[in-house]
Amino acid sequence: MCSRMKRMKGSEEVSSSSSRSPPETCKKVRKQICEAAVSTDLSERDWASLPQELLLHILQYLPLLDRAYASQVCRQWNQAFHMPELWRCFEFELNQPASSYLKATHPDLIKQIIKRHSNHLQYVSFKVDSSTESAEAACDILSQLVNCSLKTLGLISTARPSFMEVPKSHFISALTVVFVNSKSLSSLKIDDTPVDDPSLKVLVANNSDTLKLLKMSSCPHVSPAGILCVADQCHGLRELALNYHLLSDELLLALSSEKHVHLEHLRIDVVSENPGQHFHTIKKSSWDAMVRHSPKFNLVMYFFLYEDEFGPFFNEEIPVTHLYFGRSVSKEVLGRVGLHCPRLVELVVCANGLRPLDEELIRIAKHCTQLSAIGLGECEVSCSAFVEFVKMCGRRLSQLSIMEEVLIPDHKYSLDEIHWEVSKHLGRVWFPDMMPTW
Amino acid sequence: MAVNSVHWFRKCLRLHDNPALQEAVNAAHTLRCVYILDPWFAGAANVGINRWRFLGEALEDLDNSLKKFNSRLFVIRGQPTDVFPRLFKEWKVTRLTFEYDPEPYGKERDGAIIKMAQEFGVETVVRNSHTLYNLDRIIEMNNNSPPLTFKRFQTIVSRLELPRRPLPVITQQQMEKCCTKISENHEQLYSIPSLEELGFRTERLPPAVWRGGESEALDRLNKHLDKKVWVANLEHSRINTCSLYASPTGLSPYLRFGCLSCRVLYYNLRELYMKLRKHSSPPPSLFGQLLWREFFYTAATNNPNFDRMEGNPICVQIPWDQNPEALAKWAEGRTGFPWIDAIMTQLRQEGWIHHLARHAVACFLTRGDLWISWESGMKVFEELLLDADWSVNAGSWMWLSCSAFFQQFFHCYCPVGFGRRTDPSGDYIRRYVPILKDYPNRYIYEPWNAPESVQKAANCVVGVDYPKPMINHAEGSRLNIERMKQVYQQLSHYRGLSQLASVPTIQEEAEPPMTDESQTSTSSSSSSSSSPPHPTVMDKYKPKRPTSLDLFPQLPPAGTQVCVCVCVSICYVHVCLCVCFRERERERELGCV
Repeated sequence: MCSRMKRMKGSEEVSSSSSRSPPETCKKVRKQICEAAVSTDLSERDWASLPQELLLHILQYLPLLDRAYASQVCRQWNQAFHMPELWRCFEFELNQPASSYLKATHPDLIKQIIKRHSNHLQYVSFKVDSSTESAEAACDILSQLVNCSLKTLGLISTARPSFMEVPKSHFISALTVVFVNSKSLSSLKIDDTPVDDPSLKVLVANNSDTLKLLKMSSCPHVSPAGILCVADQCHGLRELALNYHLLSDELLLALSSEKHVHLEHLRIDVVSENPGQHFHTIKKSSWDAMVRHSPKFNLVMYFFLYEDEFGPFFNEEIPVTHLYFGRSVSKEVLGRVGLHCPRLVELVVCANGLRPLDEELIRIAKHCTQLSAIGLGECEVSCSAFVEFVKMCGRRLSQLSIMEEVLIPDHKYSLDEIHWEVSKHLGRVWFPDMMPTW
Repeated sequence: MAVNSVHWFRKCLRLHDNPALQEAVNAAHTLRCVYILDPWFAGAANVGINRWRFLGEALEDLDNSLKKFNSRLFVIRGQPTDVFPRLFKEWKVTRLTFEYDPEPYGKERDGAIIKMAQEFGVETVVRNSHTLYNLDRIIEMNNNSPPLTFKRFQTIVSRLELPRRPLPVITQQQMEKCCTKISENHEQLYSIPSLEELGFRTERLPPAVWRGGESEALDRLNKHLDKKVWVANLEHSRINTCSLYASPTGLSPYLRFGCLSCRVLYYNLRELYMKLRKHSSPPPSLFGQLLWREFFYTAATNNPNFDRMEGNPICVQIPWDQNPEALAKWAEGRTGFPWIDAIMTQLRQEGWIHHLARHAVACFLTRGDLWISWESGMKVFEELLLDADWSVNAGSWMWLSCSAFFQQFFHCYCPVGFGRRTDPSGDYIRRYVPILKDYPNRYIYEPWNAPESVQKAANCVVGVDYPKPMINHAEGSRLNIERMKQVYQQLSHYRGLSQLASVPTIQEEAEPPMTDESQTSTSSSSSSSSSPPHPTVMDKYKPKRPTSLDLFPQLPPAGTQVCVCVCVSICYVHVCLCVCFRERERERELGCV
């Protein structure tokens, strides 16, 4: 009885001195533990004597379920379980057993978080599976987050884009709750959702000083004017992801205005909704303004187009740094890439026609002096052109990925020799990517 | 005392290179060769008619070969654990022989049978013959875990002694010494079950494209080798229209059922190469397919959950969608993509498809388009594919869905473009999806884009006579590449912009050199009791530094640890990404929040 009182007292002492630096705390704990070991026999030693700071530190490394188990050990640990620090970050996983292989966050836990911890939440994301129910459940939770101030919010569809199935009004009203109540949102990831221009206006009205990141690829209800309003007002915006149809000269000029901080990442998805779609062009002067304003900004472009839709692209210099071609792209377009993308850092080509890509690669190696990563899927390349390409790029190629089956052996190199030759130029062991023959 | 042997045929349905069978005849007075199957399970089991037919033919071939030695094959109906006690007593069995089964399910079953035999005083003799190498030895040499990259596997294999030489076929002389009287009612008791008995309807069943059995296998082996000499191309042959069709020199189903010994194939290829290439030692690529098979067998042998995502330590957990209707469309060839539908039809009709065709349909089902779990695809292959070894099937599906083995996932096979590149004429489509036979080449891979007049002229209107494409491929692949990136970035803790760098680098290649042969004890018995703990997928991934403002809570999966890697590699210094991280990215890194 006596020893227990002593320990309780000890732990209070420690928790009251939470401003102490960690090494000191550790020393104190060590001393305490030693004392405890002396005063009681081992079997009786009480883990509750662990100071809150240390407990917190340990709990931060544990998954939620383990924390919940730990909270059942004693009152001290149960208190620690509810410390605000442990509830800043939360990922709601909303899955239906019929449509997902993954477990969902337990409904009771969700209730408890809304009741006890919603004011602690700061970094929140929702992962939903392909069912509409899950996306609706996410919206229901969002609309209850009235007394919290979020810094980041992410709505992530892990399978099909189920937020698009939620009635738009329901989604918008839920999202607006967060926009209005959280006055300091800094990151917002709402790809594949029915967000619209009016809701972006609410976002801007409440969070324009703090917003740094906005990802909204494939949000069909947003117009170029809607995103322009965000760029005009949110001068701290540093990362932006959107679809090509929202990209305009005005947007680039707004992002490169004097009031605006340097942009860091701009990601553009170029997707064709129907074959033969016509795409607008962006003026070279707008890109130039962007580069002048933010010399180090990264322009990431993902293309999911049919070969015949590339007409408006790569006819003039473009400051793209990361290029991804998700479908077949012609030799001609890759030839233009070689001429007009001096800032290119990474190039990924999933497929190309039947003729080898030799000259195009050599041209890219010659003109794209920053290129450090390249991935080639179904793109035939002759072994000697490939070696030449690697030789020209040399050790700056930190990522080099090509399917073994598309390398065409020629008079200079066989498939078995190419790995030696390429490894030599890269200065590290390299092999082509293999697929199982089965 | 009389030696009464029973040889239990399971995976190696052959008389050549069968070490366990050789043990059975060795100084035996009687020998009975048995095959056990449970017709009750035949209907329920996930095995299609082509696989049963192939098995039936293989058993028939065995029976015919045994007849020449005045012996027969005894097909016993039931479960091994129920059957053996009865046989042991009835035949006064003293010795039971069978080949070593390296797959977890087989190991468990054999363990029980060996124990049971012991109780009956029956000696069991187990011999390795379904794989080239002793798999436990490979694992031992890789620091007690199976190699997870094919290169690593090849490196280890290259340090092993050559596989054991194949044994000759069993001879008349050997068999005479243990000649066993065949009862009058053998046919009645031990016949090979017909497809009807197994519950299949056989009317209008087209003739088999792949005929099962050892005789056929050896025949094909000769043709296979002749062809290699003929085209004088011992290594890779490039894919073309012809490779899509079943070839009379194809061997994979025969390896799967053990109608052909993998060692016989190995040594035949090796000798052929050395003959043609003036005694130079053959490159590993010569044995490509054999080694891939070995690779997956090694990865699976100690992992009972190898065929599922949950509880499988080497499998990346991916939030696949569950969608039975979409799965059925894929499995039945009703996707609306002629290339995919033709492949699935060929698979269902003939039981075999080319490996690139497997890549195409597997990618389409999983990470490419439908985002459905590889487990569902694996089960369909298990039912339909003649050469679907459990380990190879599951392993290949994990590979193709980028669920394991460190694949770059950027490359998705396009269900239109890939087929068109392989077979520009579309004749393959016309053969397996005949409704499209009158489509012009230009539209045969994408009939939905054909003008209405063309559709009508071809007597096949999309949406009426042939389904519309079940998914917008551009949109689907855009979403899926993001999903994969999400999964992999969480694993690798990489939040930079690089698509390629989000796939974690392979730690394995940077591990300290393998255990030296001299240091390892060579006491690896075929029935190792304690399986070494599997490294989890997390142990293999190296965390990377975040480079974006993207600071959404991405809780590290349990068990993730920062691992310091020693960059020692086999030939060159392996430059790890985490060490020489690009300066530019460091600059981009922002310390906020």
